[in-house]
Amino acid sequence: MKKILVFLKDYKKESVIAPLFKMLEAIFELIVPLIVAQIIDIGIASGDRNYIFGRFGVLIILAVIGLACAVCAQFFAAKAAVGFATQLRSALFAQIQKLSFADLDQIGTSTLITRMTSDVNQLQSGVNMVLRLFMRSPFVVFGAMIMAFTVDVKAALVFVVAIPLLSAVVFGIMLITIPLYKKVQASLDRVLGKTRENLSGVRVIRAFNKEEEEIKEFNESNEILTNMQLLVGRISALMNPLTIIIVNAATIIIIWIGANQVYSGVLSQGDVVALVSYMSQILVELVKLANLIILITKAVACGNRVADVLSTESSIEERTRTDVQAKPDAPLVEFKHVSMSYGKSSEESLSDISFVAKRGQTIGIIGGTGAGKSTLVHLIPRFYDASKGSVLIEGTDVKDYPLEQLRNKVGIVQQKAVLFRGTIAENLRWGNADATEEELWKAIELAQASEVVRNKEDGLEHMVEQAGRNFSGGQRQRLTIARALVKNPDILILDDSASALDFATDAKLRSALKSIAGERTIFIVSQRTSSIQHADMIIVLDDGKAVGMGTHEKLLESCEIYREIYESQFKKEERGASHA
Amino acid sequence: MRKASQKSTLRKVFRYIRKNIPLLVISIILALITVATNLYFPILTGDALDLILKKGVVDFAGIMRIIKVALIVITVNAVAQWFMNICNNRMTYRIVMDIRKDAFRKMEHLPLGYIDAKSHGDIVSRIISDVDTFAEGLLMGFTQLFSGVATIIGTLLFMLSLNFKITLVVVIITPVSLFVASFIAKKTFSMFKLQSETRGEQTTLIDEMIGNQKVVQAFSHEDEARTKFEEINDRLEKYSLNAIFFSSLVNPSTRFVNSLVYAAVGITGALSAIAGGISVGQLSAFLTYANQYTKPFNEISGVVTELQNALVCAARIFELIEETPEKADAEDAYELENADGTVSIENVSFSYMPQQKLIENFNLLVKPGQRIAVVGPTGCGKTTFINLLMRFYDVNSGTIALGEEADDKQKKQTLYDITEITRKSLRKNYGMVLQETWLKAGTIRENICMGKPDAAEEEMIAAAKAAHAHSFIKRLPNGYDTVIAEDGGNLSQGQKQLLCIARVMLCLPPMLILDEATSSIDTRTEMRIQKAFLTMMEGRTSFIVAHRLSTIREADVILVMKEGKIIEQGTHEELLKQGGFYHMLYHSQFES
Repeated sequence: MKKILVFLKDYKKESVIAPLFKMLEAIFELIVPLIVAQIIDIGIASGDRNYIFGRFGVLIILAVIGLACAVCAQFFAAKAAVGFATQLRSALFAQIQKLSFADLDQIGTSTLITRMTSDVNQLQSGVNMVLRLFMRSPFVVFGAMIMAFTVDVKAALVFVVAIPLLSAVVFGIMLITIPLYKKVQASLDRVLGKTRENLSGVRVIRAFNKEEEEIKEFNESNEILTNMQLLVGRISALMNPLTIIIVNAATIIIIWIGANQVYSGVLSQGDVVALVSYMSQILVELVKLANLIILITKAVACGNRVADVLSTESSIEERTRTDVQAKPDAPLVEFKHVSMSYGKSSEESLSDISFVAKRGQTIGIIGGTGAGKSTLVHLIPRFYDASKGSVLIEGTDVKDYPLEQLRNKVGIVQQKAVLFRGTIAENLRWGNADATEEELWKAIELAQASEVVRNKEDGLEHMVEQAGRNFSGGQRQRLTIARALVKNPDILILDDSASALDFATDAKLRSALKSIAGERTIFIVSQRTSSIQHADMIIVLDDGKAVGMGTHEKLLESCEIYREIYESQFKKEERGASHA
Repeated sequence: MRKASQKSTLRKVFRYIRKNIPLLVISIILALITVATNLYFPILTGDALDLILKKGVVDFAGIMRIIKVALIVITVNAVAQWFMNICNNRMTYRIVMDIRKDAFRKMEHLPLGYIDAKSHGDIVSRIISDVDTFAEGLLMGFTQLFSGVATIIGTLLFMLSLNFKITLVVVIITPVSLFVASFIAKKTFSMFKLQSETRGEQTTLIDEMIGNQKVVQAFSHEDEARTKFEEINDRLEKYSLNAIFFSSLVNPSTRFVNSLVYAAVGITGALSAIAGGISVGQLSAFLTYANQYTKPFNEISGVVTELQNALVCAARIFELIEETPEKADAEDAYELENADGTVSIENVSFSYMPQQKLIENFNLLVKPGQRIAVVGPTGCGKTTFINLLMRFYDVNSGTIALGEEADDKQKKQTLYDITEITRKSLRKNYGMVLQETWLKAGTIRENICMGKPDAAEEEMIAAAKAAHAHSFIKRLPNGYDTVIAEDGGNLSQGQKQLLCIARVMLCLPPMLILDEATSSIDTRTEMRIQKAFLTMMEGRTSFIVAHRLSTIREADVILVMKEGKIIEQGTHEELLKQGGFYHMLYHSQFES
């Protein structure tokens, strides 16, 4: 919770002022009965109408002051709570940006989204309520106890017993329900996950006529959530009756003790009336408090979930922030005995890979599904850390680079072609915010996407909808390639990113890339030998091991797997084509 | 206008409440008991206090009697309150569950056009955050409204029994607080709406950025993403502050009105006491009750704000629930048993937007077992064609019709317009593998058996083997029972595609749609799958979107698409002879 509360630090002033005004208001409220007593004791007794009118005026003034205090308190509480939530969301968003790919795989997207939205909202209401009431209630409760002591010590001991009992009930219920509320939020995660999944998979679900089953599954998750909420509700529902029963019982005991004290002449009847009324003041506060406690409990549970995210150390540790200078004569990319496994226990996805890639070279990576091709290229921009060995860029281990410098050197086009809402130009400028229109067009031409953009009436200013769904798969791929090119990176990685392109476009793309190789190193991951056969070096992966490395010609001679791949696609089609 | 929409939202909420009427009745009865015992307890203590007079004059026996009654009263009170709370909880969460259920059900039946056009984050925000906020408001409403109303009626009765005139003063002034509350509520309605909408906008951004975090990081785009986020976040801060602060004014304002009531009772009471109208004791009792009476007004007005917010959220949910669903199947829609593979496309025209024409006057007769290849440069609208075949979208004009396998071979074959067939039976007859792989969170087994949940273990393994997915599945930690996370988690694109193929291999419907089904699979594996594909396509009408020539060449009809239109149509040889776009496309393949 401490991790969370620091976000109130910019609102220290507000967080102090709000409860202060609340207490002031309470004090003015306590004065009111005294004024009324004066009206009765002095005004009515002497029949002085002017005095009564005067006191009436005082009551109105008190009401106005009370209103002013309350308005101030509400304002400062709202300001602190909303500001707190805003900063918290902002910090969360920043934190999530820092998480590594491995962390993201592990935590999952849905829960991050609920934490940023639903959980933070709960926390906001919690803080708001606490500032408004939490100071006031203990103030009134303990105030009442102190007042009781001034009346009679023996009777006041009832308060001394009752108040800890009340606290035990309140905190006990809180302690029991906090973990349960955490479970409620976790069930909510599942409901959210199901909803997202059904939106993204709508075509497949309908194609398989799975709507009813999906509804059934959603309803199950929904019911689990509801049952969880009901369970927590049943326990929280105990709070009010339990506290009220304690207070009422205490009142009865006070009457009994009071009766004895009066009988023996220690107290007067009025004193007992006062004691009873102090107890009932506590009661009134507790009724208010009960709702508050539920809110706070929820907020604490949500706060813990948020704190979990904030305290997740990114598994990619940034060792330095100062830019690294290239070592002279070092190759642009070098792998030294690199192995990598995703989980601690799982099998190695890459084992003992070593190679050197120089500037101007094109490196082809080929291999079966799941052979570790993507894993290999993901190590270059340090999306994951190698579990053994090291990846060097310009002679320095990627772990010794500041992440931003490292990733600015690398342009990667991922398998899943993702575009974002905004114009085409905005999307393309992702890697380089200052790119001129000319540079954008150059990248578009290279990526064979010019016809995609030119066909739009508003060209570069054409709006891309969510997830780029107003573009086809191939169009998206070409635009993502253009996006990487705009970045003008030293190392360009195409991770099987031409899969949705037809052969003609793919061929054009390859010859365009060749023209810009120059000082760069280009990695092309592909299933097609045609895409990589002209590469300076081809790495053939099989089950995470490099089973062949060299040029197309050399590999055809020496590497059986490569030959198989090549023959499986190329020869046959070539033969077919020559038939035609 | 706004009022009307608010009212209609309320009416819709009541529709959900209606199902829980028994609970509601019990809750109201329990509220009455709770309030009655609450009000009775002070009377009992008052009576007891009257028995404590002065030194030596205390009626212990009387006090004991009262205490016994009081103990019963507080027990009844506690039990009634507990059960009331439970009833309210149950009612609220059941209603909320029903609403979420309905919202999700609607989502499953929305036209694809809607889902494609709406931001997913916003829909999610409606089903999750908005429903949550609504639940909170509703619960507060239930717990405080009934007991509040009961308290008001109770104290009113007690006051009337004391003095009519002063009661009148209280009754006349108090509604002012309700008026104030509703005034503020009305003013803040639009602020809450703004807050909700901005929240939706923010969720959309979060969904987009966090959902694609890997791309964001690859481009070191974190700072820009943050800037965008901060902009919305700042706006949300402003709107939230407005909504929360102005709505929180309700409570102090009504309390101010209460203070006025209290002062007014004080002065009228004092004046009539001087005139001898009431006794001092009565006046003090009156003041106590005046306080008791006004308190629930505070609580209710507090609830009013909470409800205000809840109503805004409810309105957003109902907007989703009331969205027009896909046109339902006609009641007499035909249940297509087994398609024979005939697909007749006549004069079909279609476009997503009226001003942008796409497919026009398209005609094609596909005979059973034929293989139709769809080729064309990327982005030529091949997906649109699939959208129409599967009826994800409806044609604007023209008809697509399917033939059914007849028991009696002699009978003349009839064709069924796909708009007159149930969607379910239509889609059941197609097996579809899309380029964009989608797997649900669950086990591998669940994913493969999606189209045939009752498949035997051997069947499933056979399908996985045919799709060449068996070997990699076996290497996973829990084999077929390995749980894959959201969006396929750690599986590679190719592995996901193999699973999607296995999914279709298992149920083998009479017609197939393969949209770049093997784009992410390595060619050696693909070669092997190809054999399975060929067996699978044997005797099945199949629509294949592909790049690889071997598949295309062997097709019975090749549709060449460009910019959403079908520009050429024929067999491989015919098209090559034509020397048109296909000719060019074909020959460009080996240039490099």
